[in-house]
Amino acid sequence: MMSSDFAIEARGLSKHFGALRAVSSLNLDVPRGQIYGFLGPNGSGKSTTIRMLCGLLTPTEGTAIVLDTEVPGDSRLLKPKIGYMTQKFSLFADMTVFENLQFIAEIYSYPISKRALRIDQLLENYDLVAQRKQLAGTMSGGQKQRLALACSVLHHPELLLLDEPTSAVDPQSRRDFWANLFRLASGGTTILVSTHYMDEAERCHRLAILDRGVKVADGTPGELQAATGMHILEITADDPYAAQGAIINLKEVASVTQLGMRLRVLIPDSYERPVELVERALAARNVGASVFATAATLEDVFVAVTLETPEAST
Amino acid sequence: MKPLSRVMAIVKKEVRQLRRDRLTFGMVVGLPVIQMLLFGYAINTDVRHLATAIADQAGSHLSRQFIAELGQTQVVELIASVETADDLENLLRRGEISIGVVIPHDFDRRVGQRSRAAVHLLVDGSDPTILGVANQLRAMPLGFDSTRSATDALQIIEVRPFYNPERRSPVNIIPGLIGVILTMTMILFTSVAIVRERERGNLELLINTPLSSAELMVGKVIPYIVIGMLQLALILGVGRLLFDVPVRGSVLDLYMAATAFVAANLSLGLLISTAAATQFQAMQMMVFILLPSILLSGFMFPFDGMPTFAQYIGEALPNTHFIRLTRGIMLRDAALSELLPDLVYLIGFTVVAMIFAALRFTKRLD
Repeated sequence: MMSSDFAIEARGLSKHFGALRAVSSLNLDVPRGQIYGFLGPNGSGKSTTIRMLCGLLTPTEGTAIVLDTEVPGDSRLLKPKIGYMTQKFSLFADMTVFENLQFIAEIYSYPISKRALRIDQLLENYDLVAQRKQLAGTMSGGQKQRLALACSVLHHPELLLLDEPTSAVDPQSRRDFWANLFRLASGGTTILVSTHYMDEAERCHRLAILDRGVKVADGTPGELQAATGMHILEITADDPYAAQGAIINLKEVASVTQLGMRLRVLIPDSYERPVELVERALAARNVGASVFATAATLEDVFVAVTLETPEAST
Repeated sequence: MKPLSRVMAIVKKEVRQLRRDRLTFGMVVGLPVIQMLLFGYAINTDVRHLATAIADQAGSHLSRQFIAELGQTQVVELIASVETADDLENLLRRGEISIGVVIPHDFDRRVGQRSRAAVHLLVDGSDPTILGVANQLRAMPLGFDSTRSATDALQIIEVRPFYNPERRSPVNIIPGLIGVILTMTMILFTSVAIVRERERGNLELLINTPLSSAELMVGKVIPYIVIGMLQLALILGVGRLLFDVPVRGSVLDLYMAATAFVAANLSLGLLISTAAATQFQAMQMMVFILLPSILLSGFMFPFDGMPTFAQYIGEALPNTHFIRLTRGIMLRDAALSELLPDLVYLIGFTVVAMIFAALRFTKRLD
């Protein structure tokens, strides 16, 4: 069978839990060898989608081709080819780092002659040599996360599914973790990673933004930033709160976010001359401020695509 | 060979975790020993030294002789002497005595006539065992009565207790206790085994590996079969050492019966763990199995004396069949081949419960 260029192709994937539509008609194309991000708030359907893709949950509707295997279908063929890192630490807390790795090697029937070498290599790569004999449950968040990653890649999976892998670790650990992901991706592993951190989303080759179970945007970070459909304005004011009050009720203003002494304002690009518009509104209230247009960040993209629309709020 | 090596991986992991879990490890050894000591020493249906008071209204030479002989039976222990039957009733009601003995004024004459009862026993009937013991007293030979010999008594039925002639309680209790202890520990361990992994999140990891449900189930059961066998050895050893409980039949037969019984309980435990969402729920469900296993299995009360409905429940429980097997093999020197229906039931139970457990445990979260 011809191998597809995509590690994951999902069509119309939906999952309903009773009345709750956790994921609605999701289409997804994840190219091989890339890091693909799922960006979305809690409850946006990231975990549910990942669980459907690895066969843990049966989709209510739709199908996906994951590594040339149909989902839902016989997931036995798929399991040896994917690695999955759960959101919650799921290794055995009452076994040592080495014992956990050894157990995973046994379960995946990793060739016995190469087992010891592979485990040593992983301990080295994921900076766990000193923790070799430590019980997994007594380690720090960052160490647990490195162990979980090491266990999920032990059997050289083609596809790695990571469900909010960095939600419980400090910034330095997150940086190291992403360095590891890039090394894996350069080795040919496809990585699907869910996150709610903007800076992590920005590091992905491509990403999809999910909001209440619906994919509201996807593309490279650059494409998404270029296509927000919004003017992005930044206001610097002595009294940002007053400035906010002066513009918040303008019909043209889609969103205002305060960042210290600055305000970030999103105005749909169907309106012209947004800077003048905002300056007039501020002057009318006698608020001293400077206004200038700027380029969109991923956060602006996120705010722009997840704005509450009248249909969605019902 | 892959399935086998995956099963062995699970077994190795279970043993490792068990070794580090001091509480569970302690239960493996501690639970049987403590229960043996409790049941072996505390439960004694062969009652002696019942607190007794006497109202001797006759005060004759004959009545004093009777009282002395009553004391020598050791069934009763004379703790008080009172004047009237009313005094005895008061003592009974306050729970100070279990038996009251009334010797009427005309005791000597009644003994001679034998037409009316010479002595009244007031018995605390709120405890059926005491009532039973008091009934035994009726058969007490009147050794002081020179007018007739002991064989002259109106006994047409003679009881010969087979298999336990000394009527020692531990001999009756311990074969059944093996079943109760194994039910408790085996179901407890396995019912918690899978639920705990679900609670800790390990299950989400496991079901994303090539491990199949059957491999997981078998891998989880094997270590506990070994533990069950160890517990059996421990119970038999302690029973022998402390209570002199015999194994009259073949030890091999006993172990074969126990293997079938342990397997039945483990598969029942697995079934529970596929139904329970938390360890606490698993415990609650276990109590539902454990209580009938003690009360309706023939361990506590004779099976034939139970109402039909309770007998049906009893018949469904593995422990009922295992108690028949152990009592047969250990006390009556029966061969396993003579007790085949009970063994077949245990094997059938295991197969059915295992199939249900494997079907219920899907490798999915929904």
